[in-house]
Amino acid sequence: MATTIALIALVALNAYVLLAGADFGGGVWDFFATGPRRTEQRALIADAIGPIWEANHVWLILVVVLLFTCFPAAFSGLAIALHIPLTLMLVGIVLRGSAFAFRSYGSTADAPQRRWGRVFAIASVLTPLVLGVCIGAIASGRVGDMLERLDRGAAEASFVSLYVSPWCSPFTIAVGAMALALFAFLAATYLTVEADEAALREDFRRRALWAAAAVFVTAFLALILARSHAPRVSAGLIASVWALPLHVLTGAAAVVAIAALWARHWHLARVAAAAQVSLILWGWAAAQAPYLVPPAFTVANSAAPPRTLELFLWALGVGALLLFPSIAYLFWLFKSAGRNGSAAQESD
Amino acid sequence: MGDVLAARSQMAVSLGFHILFAVVGIAMPVLMVIAEARWRRTGDAMYLELAKRWAKGTAILFAVGAVSGTVLSFELGLLWPGFMRFAGAIIGMPFSLEGFAFFAEAIFLGVYLYGWSRISARAHIAAGVLVALSGAASALFVVLANAWMNSPAGFQLVNGAPTDVDPVAAMLTPAAFPEVLHMLLAAYAATGFAVAGIHGFMLLRDQRNAFHRRALVVALIVGTPAAILQPLSGDISARYVAQWQPPKLAAMEGQFRTEAGAPLRIGGVPDVAAQRTRWAFEIPHGLSLLAFHDPQAVVRGLDAVPRRDWPPVPVVHIAFQVMVGLGTLLAVVGIWVAIAAWRRTDLAANRWLMRAVVVASPMGFVCIEAGWTVTEVGRQPWVIYGVMRTADAVTPMPGLIVPFVLISALYCFLGVIVAWLLYDLVMRSPIAREGDATISPAAA
Ligand code: HDD
Ligand code: HEM
Ligand code: HEM
Repeated sequence: MATTIALIALVALNAYVLLAGADFGGGVWDFFATGPRRTEQRALIADAIGPIWEANHVWLILVVVLLFTCFPAAFSGLAIALHIPLTLMLVGIVLRGSAFAFRSYGSTADAPQRRWGRVFAIASVLTPLVLGVCIGAIASGRVGDMLERLDRGAAEASFVSLYVSPWCSPFTIAVGAMALALFAFLAATYLTVEADEAALREDFRRRALWAAAAVFVTAFLALILARSHAPRVSAGLIASVWALPLHVLTGAAAVVAIAALWARHWHLARVAAAAQVSLILWGWAAAQAPYLVPPAFTVANSAAPPRTLELFLWALGVGALLLFPSIAYLFWLFKSAGRNGSAAQESD
Repeated sequence: MGDVLAARSQMAVSLGFHILFAVVGIAMPVLMVIAEARWRRTGDAMYLELAKRWAKGTAILFAVGAVSGTVLSFELGLLWPGFMRFAGAIIGMPFSLEGFAFFAEAIFLGVYLYGWSRISARAHIAAGVLVALSGAASALFVVLANAWMNSPAGFQLVNGAPTDVDPVAAMLTPAAFPEVLHMLLAAYAATGFAVAGIHGFMLLRDQRNAFHRRALVVALIVGTPAAILQPLSGDISARYVAQWQPPKLAAMEGQFRTEAGAPLRIGGVPDVAAQRTRWAFEIPHGLSLLAFHDPQAVVRGLDAVPRRDWPPVPVVHIAFQVMVGLGTLLAVVGIWVAIAAWRRTDLAANRWLMRAVVVASPMGFVCIEAGWTVTEVGRQPWVIYGVMRTADAVTPMPGLIVPFVLISALYCFLGVIVAWLLYDLVMRSPIAREGDATISPAAA
């Protein structure tokens, strides 16, 4: 049962990365909006994010709530070791969400629009970076090591060695950069589908290809650094039975995505990009299974009592039954409105 | 500032900020739906305008509510890992259910905002009703978690660790009913009067403005009954506290000594060193009567528990006085509104009533902050009453003053901006006269 729930957490994280990740990526492209169609680019991004970002954001809440309900020990461990990056991520989330809302629903005058756009964009760059850093830190095993040291009573250890070095290393920063590149790639690929105009589509096609190059570079860096900084994940990724098929699949998805962009098969590119990003996430999870926080917590040894897990599954099932149709309805409503380009006026 | 104090202060700032938006997210959809229903029934376009504007305001506040709530769910771990490690499996359930309620609220708010001309009238109203219901459900669930902290149940304590965990029993504790009832009424009373106050203010300047007249009435429909019921619900809460958390009651009332036929103290300043409450107006037997419905009942004072288990008495006492004082005033204004409405007089033309509504406008929110201070500070030094001390729950990371200052600064900044945006939204309201065929250009 605990394993089922851990898999659900992974699915939720995957959904967050695919949906909210693209929203963050949209913010990145808002930041880098250049050229003669700058304004159109920003408008397209805002239209695509629209009212859906709050619904997307819920996936993160689901991950957090699931962790503290079903794996309370692992949750509190992560919160202790990653206090600083998680706080920074929160600041990013707060600024980004509120800036977006202020821009969409607040004054339509030019100056505040630009100011909020700026905040929105900067926060959109910060948050994925830190999210990547946190994942990198968990994968590297240093978070778990730090918790074990703390349990043994590491009173003499310095603040930096306990609360900074576990998450601040070349490897974690490479993973952070990779997360940023991936989100930007996702967003640009999605936006080629959303755009109505050929010229705008070309803008995002170029951006998607650049981002793909960045993904390649950062992923390569992370892989190299993993050998020395995250030996367990590195070993899992290279040695285990499923490593080869997984690598092949991920690589294939990446190649298909880039080829499809090249050949302007927008829909195919979108599917392939999403598959690529998901496979990377599952690859990480598989490489560190059965650990949640290696080497301190496994799925089994940090799980809540069975009664809690059982109830949680029930709640999840009933909730999904009620909410999935509703969210499908919202997407349908919004996307069918977006096509006519009238969603923005509609809310006034 | 010590680390525990910094963590507590950060929690207090985050919650005190979040609750403002949460409360609006609970009550505003009700106003919105009433306005829309009136538009559908009467065809009066001004109500449509009102529903749309309120929906827009709700959307801004909802976004801030969502992000500040996200901060809280992380902070439970960031600040109180010891608490979460102990309690996660026991009270994770209501938080999970709150997640679903929030999700539903976000989805249907989206449908509401973007569905004006895209879905049928009935579907649109239904979406609004679902937004309102899920807002109330959010509050219900999260307050259940808090009720558990006040009256922990649903587990056995063996060697300091919980066993026999029963999350359902943990949701149905003695504090659950009084707290949930009081919180929901508080949301409707506070929001209803805050909105009524804003429109009342505009009506004092422009009494014939048809837009503000309609807004005032809808807001009072929601705010008035809740404000009148709130003292009754507060009495239920107080009797719960008297039975289950005697030290909190003693701190609320400034009751240092255990005594039969204890007096009700109004105002006053507790002097902890001298163990007495000075300058209070005392009503003989009042406390025994209110708390136990028996003038001779024995009220346990702070002397019944060891000194190290005392909550900070002055803070709790003063916060309680503020809530009860302002809550009573709010109820009085509510009764006045109810009488005026019953007599079918023109509310907007009654300048004294309008002035009272304007003055009452912030009171509900002040009561909410004060009330939570009573509940939370009054529970100290426990984070889980009688089970875990706050100091044992805090994160081992030193230097907690830094995140406290950071989060506080961030929230100050956001608070100013939200206030300014709302001001802007209100000031751009239409100038419309009764009988105008259309709404004037200022509405656009
Ligand atoms: C509009 C807001 C509002 C108003 C008018 C009142 N309250 Fe209140 N009160 C709250 C808003 C609130 C609150 C912020 O919502 C609290 C915090 C926890 C809770 O459940 O409700 C609260 C808590 C709270 C508690 C503590 C419960 C606990 O610790 O579990 C008591 C005893 C009262 N209230 C009593 C009263 C009385 C006797 C009132 C008489 C006028 C009153 N309240 C008016
Ligand atoms: C009594 C206190 C509280 C009430 C009444 C309350 C109510 C609400 C409401 C109505 C919302 C919906 C957002 C909105 O309408 O603006 C909300 C959002 C939220 N609340 Fe609270 N809340 C309270 C305290 C807390 C606490 C203590 C936590 C965390 C531990 C929390 C976590 C959240 C989260 C995470 C969200 C956003 C959900 C999301 O983004 O998915 N709330 N809350
Ligand atoms: C939204 C309404 C709430 C407000 C305004 C509020 C207010 C506060 C305040 C003022 C403190 C600091 C106590 C002190 O300084 O002595 C505090 C602490 C805390 N509150 Fe609440 N609270 C709210 C609801 C909740 C809920 C629903 C939970 C749910 C679990 C919760 C959990 C905590 C925790 C864990 C602490 C830290 C430990 C402590 O100091 O007791 N609070 N809150």
